[in-house]
Amino acid sequence: MADNGLTPELMKEMYYYMVLSRAVDDRMWILNRQGKAPVVYSSNGHEAAQVGSAFALNRGEDWICPYYRDLALVLAYGMSVRDVMLHLLGRAQDPNSGGRQMPAHWGHRQLHILTGGSVVATQDVHATGLALASKVLKDGRVSVAYFGEGSTSQGEFHEALNFAAVHKLPVIFFNENNGYAISVPARKQMAVMDVAARAAGYGMPGVIVDGNDPLKVYEVTREAAERARSGDGPTLIEAKTYRFVPHSSDDDDRAYRSREEVQEWKKRDPLVMFEQRLTEDGILNDDNLTAMRQQIKDLVNDATDFAEQAPLPDPGTLYAEVYGS
Amino acid sequence: MAVMSYLEAIRETLRQELRRDPRIMIYGEDVGVRGGVFRVTEGLQAEFGEDRVMDSPLAEAAIIGTAIGAAVNGLRPVPEIQFADFIFPAANQIIQEAARIRYRSNGDFHVPLVIRAPFGGGVHGALYHSQSVEAFFAHVPGLKVVIPGTPYDAKGLLAAAIQDDDPVLYLEHKAAYRSLKGEVPSERYVIPLGKADVKREGTDVSLITYGLMVSYSLKAAEALAKEGVSVEVVDLRSIRPLDVEAIVATARKTGKVLIVHEDNLTGGVGGEVSALIAEHALFDLDAPIMRLAGPDVPAMPYSPPLEHAFMVTPEKIQQAALKLARF
Amino acid sequence: MIDVVKMPQLGESVTEGTIGKWLKQVGDPVEKYESLLEVMTDKVNAEVPAPVSGVVAKILVPEGTTVDIGVAICEIAVEGAEGAAAPAGSPAAEAVAVGPAADAGGGAGLAEGRGRYSPAVRRLAEEHGINPAEVAGTGAGGRVTRQDILQAIDSAVPASPPPPAAAPAERAPAATGPAAVLAGAPAVIDEGDTVEPLGAVRKVIAERMVRSKQTVPHAWLMVEADVTGLAGLRERIKDEFKQREGVSLTYLPFMLRAVVEGLRAVPALNAQWNGDSIVAKKRISLGIAAATERGLVVPVIKDADQKNIVGLAKSVRDVVQRARTGRLTLEDLTGGTFTVDNTGAVGTVLTYPIINAPEVAIVTLESIVRRPVVIGDMIGIRSMVNLCLSFDHRVVDGAEAGQFLQVVKKHLEGIGPDASVY
Repeated sequence: MADNGLTPELMKEMYYYMVLSRAVDDRMWILNRQGKAPVVYSSNGHEAAQVGSAFALNRGEDWICPYYRDLALVLAYGMSVRDVMLHLLGRAQDPNSGGRQMPAHWGHRQLHILTGGSVVATQDVHATGLALASKVLKDGRVSVAYFGEGSTSQGEFHEALNFAAVHKLPVIFFNENNGYAISVPARKQMAVMDVAARAAGYGMPGVIVDGNDPLKVYEVTREAAERARSGDGPTLIEAKTYRFVPHSSDDDDRAYRSREEVQEWKKRDPLVMFEQRLTEDGILNDDNLTAMRQQIKDLVNDATDFAEQAPLPDPGTLYAEVYGS
Repeated sequence: MAVMSYLEAIRETLRQELRRDPRIMIYGEDVGVRGGVFRVTEGLQAEFGEDRVMDSPLAEAAIIGTAIGAAVNGLRPVPEIQFADFIFPAANQIIQEAARIRYRSNGDFHVPLVIRAPFGGGVHGALYHSQSVEAFFAHVPGLKVVIPGTPYDAKGLLAAAIQDDDPVLYLEHKAAYRSLKGEVPSERYVIPLGKADVKREGTDVSLITYGLMVSYSLKAAEALAKEGVSVEVVDLRSIRPLDVEAIVATARKTGKVLIVHEDNLTGGVGGEVSALIAEHALFDLDAPIMRLAGPDVPAMPYSPPLEHAFMVTPEKIQQAALKLARF
Repeated sequence: MIDVVKMPQLGESVTEGTIGKWLKQVGDPVEKYESLLEVMTDKVNAEVPAPVSGVVAKILVPEGTTVDIGVAICEIAVEGAEGAAAPAGSPAAEAVAVGPAADAGGGAGLAEGRGRYSPAVRRLAEEHGINPAEVAGTGAGGRVTRQDILQAIDSAVPASPPPPAAAPAERAPAATGPAAVLAGAPAVIDEGDTVEPLGAVRKVIAERMVRSKQTVPHAWLMVEADVTGLAGLRERIKDEFKQREGVSLTYLPFMLRAVVEGLRAVPALNAQWNGDSIVAKKRISLGIAAATERGLVVPVIKDADQKNIVGLAKSVRDVVQRARTGRLTLEDLTGGTFTVDNTGAVGTVLTYPIINAPEVAIVTLESIVRRPVVIGDMIGIRSMVNLCLSFDHRVVDGAEAGQFLQVVKKHLEGIGPDASVY
């Protein structure tokens, strides 16, 4: 773990974002069950993969192209809890979309989080294009596409990898493989064991990493970003992880996963494991943990109240922002 | 002022724009060394280098999808789809991504992007090298669709499309590339998107059209003038947004309207134009609104008699316009 | 206070839910966000949290019962005034389709002949009192074309009497028949005189002028206003204004603004005569008398009271230009509540305008002339203008008319050389 550039302070911050994301996630489900949030998509279980990779990037400068699972990622990338709640409740000041998109459709120009639609793998080519501009304009930026393993069945995933490898573009393809595309298991998406195996066919490195270990994810992402920045082209990273909750608040995962399987994975909850490790290393203790938990609770309560009281969009704005001129 | 073909006007505009703005980048299949299958981009890679005129892998969704990303990150990409018929693999990227990004981000993001694509038939291209695809895309708010009918307009509209901050589909008629010639000023100029142009004034019948059919309609109008029929020819130039004012004005003026396009009849631009006239000019109409368009068959066949039977020609336009004039 | 818990919507397409189990019973304390009950739907089974902290006061729906979303299922007694945060409203206003309604019937075939008329033919025939059945048709199968009707209008007053039905109310500018009102002493035609048949526009103008003069008791007043400040303002900013707004700055928009003030102060002039009643108009829409090659037209600036000087200047330019190029729409010509005539444009200093009935008054803006004026005990050179008002004395009395002119005058005189046009 030497030489990875991670100070104790940064590791504590990583842990903070993982816990924050889980707390925001929990609150979003509560708001759903109260009938206030029509639908919720979680990052519950993916926090280590998302936060670990975010910390390896030049946040605010490098572009990320997230998908709907990436709450912990966008929080670690600078989106505020208030912004997340405004988005969830479709409020006018939602910076992601002004209340136009479904929850978990992230986008924030200033933070360099590219807006996304709902068709999976479209963002893979966008990240490639962002990187194409970086190569031409020599702006030193790296772009990262985040996606689930189900979306690797899409043509655009393969087109993006191929295009990026041919032109040696500074882009990272970051797969969060949780084993299920809603209910369809990975073995019905692909006849190979690992998404990372795809990389060889396009002439780029494919790396498998434990997606529940933020430090390992950090390290492989950092290496991929260095490769990209030095002109050696793209990398495909496969972070193996698990989602602890159904695909969305409209889904019931008991139809397709055994409770035993979920319980087995929960033993490897990234929050629990990372907390244990940082406690052993003396980075976390009862005092700073208590303070951190209180801070997060206050933040989530504040953001919930703020968003609930924030105005809804004016129907008169329906026709706004179709064209610039 | 030099006389140029429609193709030369497009090439010289691309050259002028590449010189004007270093953020402009052209890429697509065969656009580099080969200069494009129609030679529209001939010589541009030699002048501007591989970074700015680039051969891409043969994958349309990737061409458009990467152009969206590149546009967000500061370039002004002008990707080429080799034939409009091949645009459909990229339809999701055009319709659901490029056209919706401004709206879905509430104006936080926008996509300055010009997609060039040769379209249209009459060149023995058969089903997959002859299609007119404009109506599919004209249905999409957030997208602009531009189709020049003369070399002069080709230049001014392309420059306008490139400086526009929204995605523009710029369709070039293959049969027009080398057959249409006209005077084109050497200095840069722009023709506003969404503005039609009255290419010929007349009082008896209005022909509303665009693309190659502009020149065909002008031929028909010339022939009809000899029979004492005065024909007005309105070139839409942009089919999204449509120039409602110009459409209604010509309908009011003559009271008799024939809409001409090569794209299939049903669900084509003609239907929209007819609806606008019915909504805004009913009490000035002196005859039913008529449409002359490509037949409702899946696409243009290959063998010459079949192809000819499909194509809208100056003779067919002349016949239809005469019938309307005599109504 | 009591907070009512309703069946929440658990999932997008879900319309009802079944109470699985009450996790709290009546009398149990419950904390906000603490699980209150289990709900089963066809998509999910979920624990529903309490919306507020309090004590369960009443359970309204027993376990195993299915109710629609939004039905009250439980009541929680909340201590003190601290209730739930006020729910933000959801004004789910329906999207309104834009664009005029299009309900034109099925298209006619191309094989029609006599006896059926196109919309253009019907409209022209109606407007000019022509019976299309008596017009010779030159179209397919002898159809009467728009051209045939236009020729018939141009050539002569038709022999047959006009149809008795009047034009529909909303098509106001359409004239009624040219019949009686145009009759008068016959002209004497000498050798060398030319006889020009009345065109369509001239007929309408003639008919309206006669009707107004014959039915409306016109009364007349004039005031003069010192517009030196306004003249100075215009002189100072006109070049910059033209450059920035793309419209020449004339005196007319200032006059319109002043008239709006006058009508606000004296609403009696913003009215219409209605036979046995007087209609007080809510909107203020000003007709602008404009000379065109084809004759006088009065396009209307709708809701003139909603516009500033720049807006008025642009509106005036727009309607006047379209009037001169023959592109006014029906919409442009209807809905006026008061008329302003810029007679100064033709160099007059005093006119007696005819009221544009059923409106009840019309005011003119005469030429602005520089002349010596006594101010206090001195004589100065000032820019002066006359404002002439004709009014319908059935509706408006002299006092109101005078008061209106005073407000207009005061407003114009109050414009200094550094007033704002925005």
